[in-house]
Amino acid sequence: MELRKPPPVRRLTGNEAYTDEVPVQVAPPPAGIERHAAGSNGNGHRPSAAFAPAARRSVRDSAIAIDRMHVEELSVSYGTKPAVKSVSLPIRQGEVLALIGPSGCGKTTLLRSLNRLTELTRGASFSGRITLDGADIATLEPTALRRRVTMVFQQPNPFPMSVFDNVAYVLREQASRRPRKAAIRGAVRDALARAGLLDEVADNLDHPALRLSGGQQQRLCIARALAAHPEVLLLDEPCSALDPQSTRLIEELIIKLREDVAVVIVTHNLQQAYRIADYVAFMYLGELVEYGSAQKIFGAPQERRTREYISGAFG
Amino acid sequence: MTDRLGLGLAWLLGLLFCAIAAAIVIYFLVEGIRYLRPDLLVTNPAPGVGESQTGGFLDPLLGTVIVGLLAMAIATPVGIGIAVWLSEFGRPTGFARLAESSVEMLAGEPSVVLALFGAVLFTVREVGFLSQTSHRIVLGQSFFAAAAMLSLVGLPMVVASTREGLQAIPSHVREASYAIGKTKIATTRRVLLPAARPSMITGTMLGLGRVIGDTAIVLLLLGGTLTFQPANSVPVLGLLRGTGDTLTGYIYYNAPTGDGNQPSKAYAAAFVLMLMVLVLNVGVDAVIRRSQRAVKWS
Repeated sequence: MELRKPPPVRRLTGNEAYTDEVPVQVAPPPAGIERHAAGSNGNGHRPSAAFAPAARRSVRDSAIAIDRMHVEELSVSYGTKPAVKSVSLPIRQGEVLALIGPSGCGKTTLLRSLNRLTELTRGASFSGRITLDGADIATLEPTALRRRVTMVFQQPNPFPMSVFDNVAYVLREQASRRPRKAAIRGAVRDALARAGLLDEVADNLDHPALRLSGGQQQRLCIARALAAHPEVLLLDEPCSALDPQSTRLIEELIIKLREDVAVVIVTHNLQQAYRIADYVAFMYLGELVEYGSAQKIFGAPQERRTREYISGAFG
Repeated sequence: MTDRLGLGLAWLLGLLFCAIAAAIVIYFLVEGIRYLRPDLLVTNPAPGVGESQTGGFLDPLLGTVIVGLLAMAIATPVGIGIAVWLSEFGRPTGFARLAESSVEMLAGEPSVVLALFGAVLFTVREVGFLSQTSHRIVLGQSFFAAAAMLSLVGLPMVVASTREGLQAIPSHVREASYAIGKTKIATTRRVLLPAARPSMITGTMLGLGRVIGDTAIVLLLLGGTLTFQPANSVPVLGLLRGTGDTLTGYIYYNAPTGDGNQPSKAYAAAFVLMLMVLVLNVGVDAVIRRSQRAVKWS
C-alpha cells in the first residue's frame, strides 16, 4: 500500500499550486513550489505564503471547542515492531486535527486506533488508553464505537450498490434488508446534503455508486460516514486519490463539518494541513514530536525535526 | 536459434491443439446435424432393433437437466459457504488449511471413486428413503443419490471461483464497512457477496458443466436405465427416488462400442450435450466480460 503511493507532498503541492493560484494570480515558478510551499510560513514572503494563509483566513477559529476524545499514552505495535510510541493528544469538536509526518510514521495507525480498526490486524498489540466522552473505548462494543467514530479511507470505496443504499446501509440494522425505504429517505438525503453531494445525485439516487466520479465517490463515503451521526470523523488521506477540484470541495466540506463533529485527518500534504487544520500533530517514527495549533507548527515550530520536515528537509 | 525452434514448437503445439478441438467440434457438429431430428428430442428410448425403433432421448435429456439442477442446488450454497469461510474467516488456521486441501483433493478425485463411495453410502438402510428398497435391500440408485455425489463434482468449481471473487475485493472495502459499525456477518452478506456475485455465477456454471458431463456417477448411482423408472406414483418425489439416465449415460449405451450400438443416436445426443456445455461456457464468458466492464475500486 504505502509503496504504491507516489511521493505525496510533491505531487499534491503541484495540484495545490494549480487550484489556488488562479484567484490570487501569483505564478511562482513550478519547480520552486515543492520546497518552498511547506517552509513558506516561517520565511514570510515566499510566493506560496501569499495564498496559503488566504485560503485559510476565511475559516479561522471555530466558535466552539468541545473535548471529545483523549488519547493517553497510546502505544501500538505490530508483532515486535512498534508503530506508535506513547502518544497523548486531545481531539476536540469544532477543530480539525491534522496528523502529519513521513510515510510509516504511525499516523494512520494512530487514526485507526481511534475506532479500534487496528485490532483487526493480526499481531497488533496496544497499551494506553483512549477515551470517548470520558468512556474508555476498550470497554465499548466495537460496532457501537465505530458508529460514533466513523472513518473515510484513502481510496474512495463505495459499496457495490446504489447511492441511496450506500447511505441507507449505515442506517439499517446489522444485515437487515429494508426497514422501509420511505422511513429512512429523509435521513439519507440529510447525510448526502451534509456531505455536499445531494444536489448532484438527487435525481440519481438509484444509480450504482461506483458509477460516480472519484470525487463524488469520496463525498459519498463521507456522507456514509456522517449518516450515523458520529461524534468523531476520521479521514485517512481522503484527497490523495482525487483531482484538485474535488480536493477543494472536500476541504471546504471538512471545514464546514468541524462544528458538528470532531475531525481528525491524516494527510501527506502539508499545504492541505495548513489550509484546513486548527491543530496539527507531527509524528515521526511512531513518536508524537510536536502538537500545537497550525499557526504555531507551521509558523514557529519548536522542534528541529518539525522544522526540517515542514521545510521539506526529509519525508 | 534454439529460441526460434522453441517458439516454433510452441506454435505448432498450439495449432495442433486447436486442430484437435476443432476436429471434435466439427465432427460432432456434422454428425449431430446429420442425425439430429426434432422427434429425437420428444420421444423416449424404446427397445427395438434398428434406428427407427429405438426412439429418441427425451428422458435422458430431462435427466441431465434434473441431475444438473439438483446437484448444483446442493453444491452452490455449500460451495459459497465454504468459500466465504475460507476467505473471510479461516480460523482456526489449521482447520482452514485442511478444508482447503480437502476441496482441492475433491477436485482431483476421479468421479468413479466418488460413485463407488456413493454406492456404499446410499445402500445403507437408514437412507433407504432416498432410493428404492426391494426385499429389504436398499438399491441405492436414484436421482437423489446421483445428484448428491455429483454435487461433489461441481463443488470445487464453486468454491474456487467464489474465493477468487472475494479475494479480488480490496481490504479497504471490508474495513469501510467495519468502520461504520458493521459486523463481519453483515459486511459479508451485504457488501462482499453482492460484489462477488459474478464469480459465484461463473463458478456455478462451470460446476454445472462438469456435472452434466459426468458419466461414472450416472451409471453407478442413477441406474443408467435409459428411461425414468419412478420408485412409486408420487408425482415428483417418486421420480427423484427412482432411476433414470442422462445424456452421458445414453451416449455411453449407444456408442458404437457400447451395448446399444446406435451410433447415430449417440452422435445426436453428444451434439446436444456439447451444445449445452458450449452455451454454459459462452454464458461464463459473458458474465466474466460483464463483470470486468463494471466499474470497480482502484
